[in-house]
This record gives sequence, C-alpha cells and structure tokens, in this order.
Amino acid sequence: MSRKIRNGTLTLLALALFACFLNWAPSNLNGYVLRILNLIAINAILGLSLNLIYGMTGMFSLGHAGFMAIGAYVSALLILSPAQKEAMWILEPIAPWLLNLQTPFLVSLILAGLVAALFGWLIALPILKLGGDYLGIATLGFSEIIRILITNLTPLTNGSLGLKGIPAHTTLWMSYGCLGIFLVCMVSMMNSNFGNVLKAVRDDETAARTMGVNTFRIRVLAFTLGCFGGGLGGALMGNLITTIDPRMFMITQTYNLLMIVVVGGLGSITGSVIGAVLVTTMLEWLRFVENPIQLGSLSIPGIPGMRMVLFSVLLIAVIIFRREGIMGMREFTWDWFFPSRKKLEKNSERGGEGL
Amino acid sequence: MTLNMFVQHFINALGLGSLYGLIAVGYTMVYGILRLINFAHGDIFMLGAYFVYFTTVVFKLPWLLGVGISIIGVTVCGLLVDRIAYRPLRNAPRISALISAIGVSFFIENLAIVVFSGIPRPVVQPPLLMKPIVVGQVRLIPLGLMVPVISFFLVGVLLWMVYKTKPGLAMRSISFDIETTRLMGVSVDRIIALTFALGSALAAVAGILWALRYPRVEPFMGIFPGFKAFIAAVFGGIGSIPGAMVGGIILGFVEIMSIAFFPHLSGYKDAFAFVLLIFILLIKPTGLMGEKLEDKI
Repeated sequence: MSRKIRNGTLTLLALALFACFLNWAPSNLNGYVLRILNLIAINAILGLSLNLIYGMTGMFSLGHAGFMAIGAYVSALLILSPAQKEAMWILEPIAPWLLNLQTPFLVSLILAGLVAALFGWLIALPILKLGGDYLGIATLGFSEIIRILITNLTPLTNGSLGLKGIPAHTTLWMSYGCLGIFLVCMVSMMNSNFGNVLKAVRDDETAARTMGVNTFRIRVLAFTLGCFGGGLGGALMGNLITTIDPRMFMITQTYNLLMIVVVGGLGSITGSVIGAVLVTTMLEWLRFVENPIQLGSLSIPGIPGMRMVLFSVLLIAVIIFRREGIMGMREFTWDWFFPSRKKLEKNSERGGEGL
Repeated sequence: MTLNMFVQHFINALGLGSLYGLIAVGYTMVYGILRLINFAHGDIFMLGAYFVYFTTVVFKLPWLLGVGISIIGVTVCGLLVDRIAYRPLRNAPRISALISAIGVSFFIENLAIVVFSGIPRPVVQPPLLMKPIVVGQVRLIPLGLMVPVISFFLVGVLLWMVYKTKPGLAMRSISFDIETTRLMGVSVDRIIALTFALGSALAAVAGILWALRYPRVEPFMGIFPGFKAFIAAVFGGIGSIPGAMVGGIILGFVEIMSIAFFPHLSGYKDAFAFVLLIFILLIKPTGLMGEKLEDKI
C-alpha cells in the first residue's frame, strides 16, 4: 500500500470518527461542554488566521480583536430582525437603511468575513510599509480606533449597550464545518507556491524581493486573508455567545489569540489547532483555582482573578523556556505513527508536509 | 472661550502632556537600548499610583516618605521584570521578548486585580496643594502647576545623567552597538538594569502625580496612558529623550484642546492618539527627532 493511499484512508477514517462525535455530542453533553467545544473551533479559526499573518508571513499584528469586532457586528446586524432592532436602540434611533436589512445566517457569515477583509485591506495599504514593532503598534492602534468607533457610532452599532438576542446559530456542525473549510484552504495554500512565497517573505524579505517577488503585494494579500478569518471568527463568536458589546474586543482578546499561536508554534497550522485546544480548555480548567479547594482538613479559599495570573505566568514561561512552541514549524502527518520509515519522518520534520 | 477657561485648559494640557512625556522617556530609553517595546511600562506606572495610595491613604505615612517608598518599590519591580522576563531573552529573536513583555503586562494587571481588587479607590489629595491661587480672573491650583515643573526638572536631571556621566556614556554606546560596548569592558547587563531602574523610577513619579491629579487608582489605569506614552515616544522619535518629552506635550495638547474646542468629540478622546500615531508613521516613521535606522542586510 503506497504511503499516499494509507494516509488518505487514515484521514478519511479520522474525519468519519469526528463526524460521529459531532452527531453524538449535542444530545449527550451538557451546554457548558458544548460551548467550550464550539469555542475551541472558533479560537482555532482565529488562531489560524493570526498565524497566517504573523507566523507564516512574519507581520507582527496586534489588531485581530478589531477585525473580530467588525465581523461580529456585521453578522449580528444582518441577522437581527427589524422588530428586535427597533426595540434595542434606546439612546438614538437606528439608521433607517439598516433597520430592514436582514439576511440568512450563512450570508451574514460570509459578509462578515468580507467586510473585515475590506477593512483589513484598506488598513494594510498604508501601514504594511512599516516593519516589525511599528506594525504591531499601528495595528493595535487601528483595533482600538475600530472599538472606539463602534462605541460612539450609536445609530449603527447601538454604542456601548451592545447587541443582545442574536440567534444562537453557531452549532457544533457550523463551527467545525467552518474550521474544516478554513483548514483545507490553509493547508492547500501553504503547500502551494503562494505558501512558499509567504515563507520567503517572512524569512528574508530582501532576498524574496531580489527573486522578483512583489513583497508588498504579498503582504497585503496575506493580511487581508487573515482579516477575513478574523471577521469570520468574530461572527461565529457573536452567534455563539448571543450578545456582543465593544468591551468584548479589547486588547486582551488579541493577547489570548497570540497565546494560542505562540504556544502552538509560529508558522505551524497543526500548532495553532493544538494551541486553540490547549489554551481554551486551560482557561476553563484554571477556574478551579478561583473556587475553594478542600485538601483533607485544609481548606484553601478561592481567589477570584487568579486564573488569569496563572495564565500569564504560563505565557511568559512558554516564551522563556520553549520559544518555538509545541510544534515549532512542523506539521502533523500520519507518518509519525510509522517509525520504520525514518527517512520520510526526517523529511517531514525538515520541510513540513501538511495533513 | 474666556481667558480663565483657556488658561485652565492650557495648564491641564501641559500637565497631561508632561506626564505622558515622563512615561514616554522610559519607553524610549528601553527601546533605544534593546529595541524592545516594554509593554509592561504602563503597568509599572500603575504600580506607582497604587504604592502611593497604600503608603499615604491606607498606612497614613507622611507624604514625602510615602512617595519615597513608592519610587523605590516600583524601581525594584522594574528591575525584577527585566531580570526575570527580559534578560533570558537577550539573544532571542526580538519578537520573543516583545511577547514576553505582553505576558508581563498581562501578569501585572491580573496580579493587581487579585491583590488590590478591581474596585477603583479614591486617593486623598494633600489640601496644601489644592488651595487655589487667584491671579486676576484666573484661578490656579498649585498641583496643576507642580506637575509640569517636576516632570521637566526630572527629565533635565536624566538628560544630564545620560550626556554627562559615565554610565550615561555606556548607555548611549550600548544603543549604538551592544557587542562592541561589551568588548570595551562595560558590564552591559548592569547598564541595562540601570536603564530599567531609571525608566521605572520616572514612571513611578508619573504614577504618583497622576494619582494626585486624577485622584483615583484602579488596576487597568496604566493601559491607556501606557499606549499613549508609547505613541508620544514614537511621535517624538523613538530613542530620543527630548523627543519623548516633546511628543508627550504635543499629545497632551491635542487631546485636551480638541475636546476643549470640539466638545462633541469627547467620545473619541482615546482615538486621537492612535490617529496621530498612524499619521506620523506614514509621513515620517522615525518621528520628529529620531535618527534614521537603516536595515542591515
């Protein structure tokens, strides 16, 4: 049996197993677990899109929360019914053209991604000329400007009151379906010539330019694609939590995504998915430190807020002791489970072969 | 606008601007030497405000003693941050140190919530500094005048240290070329620690003055002043101490005056700094007084 057929079969098997799980889960797991499962998928999409910008193309962006906010608001505004909107805008009346605008969920999802990508593109044109840290600060600035605009443009966004009663369209099938499509796109993109160009721009921009690559165009394109993912993730998030307000999209949100990407490994698709699983579950699991603990006769009172302290200690520890994250730049392949073929494994470690 | 109002706004802008400048000096020194955006600097500033709150309001120490303890405490914190989170990453890619800085900032904020609790607390202003001085129709409070005077004095002292003393010479030399400086027999790590100590001490003073001027402390109070001070540093030309001060003053004036003249824009107050940042980055990425840095191939 050739390697390709074997790996293909294994992938199909894994997918079938996972589909069974998705079918089984909603009726057998409680709402809390389901929400975490959904969050994992959404965080994976967001982490992957940030990794595309930062890990694959080497543009340090701290603006992802802003693009998430755009996606979440666009999607929510498009699926809320006119009656709901009329009831919600208390401080100022809603813009008339927006009131009767309503689309199905899937359309709103795609539009959310597209609008975020449009904003990303507009922002990218002036600021991607900057490099390194300046780019990080400028994108951070844009994300804050977006948030401040959302807070103040009450006729469009209902200001700081936020939007409530968004229909909970994000089911397991929906979030993992989006993740699946996103993953397939990412993997085939990174294995194509475009992926190689992205990595070339990241590793040495001057060299890439001498090879005839229009590095600026490539960077803008990668940034815009990443923003699409950010908008999509934000829209899914809004439809999962069902209420959104501007405070949800503070810089902390970007830090969480950065943590996912760094823990997983900058530049690794598998890494971002693993990072999303680990960070999301860790954030929930760490809640135990905020509850009182009973150790025999010793009782330790819960400390509210301790969770985030431990979380940030973990981030610092990862960056000091294991800078390349869990995966480094490697990718998962089935070959890992067949150790007899040492040569293949070495190849995959060196180059990264994708799923 | 009456003369009184204008003078009030002017003093406010000068005060806010010099506080931004004082924080920005810390950013610019660290960036000049390590090429690292010290994201934790805004939180160091927050610690300064909290320390003075605890020493003077909770433990009721005399003001000068409280201020002294706060500055020393915050300086120690700044040194610890450098030692624990930045020094192990000196030879790592710069982006790793940046992420570590973000982690430290996140850590200090959340630790502050755990230790100090998230509730904003009022700071008692010394009555001596609040008694208004009346000149013609203009009423001034001494505190408002004190803030820019102290800030400019401290930055003056710092400039003297950097340009006229031996450790200052070592600092400037590290910012040119760290390896050569090491070969000249300079203890580089110690000079970098000194830089962090000076930056943190100035941030502590800024935090104390801020807590007096806007009498309230809360764990997240450092985030926005921190970002804005960094923007001021970029605006003035990162790496340049006078530039940081000029950038801070300009930013203070833009914020206060635009709201004074266009009150309906007050919701967008926090956005001005970021607009200013993107504007300067597009026109002159090295800032007003920055030197041109060439990319090494």
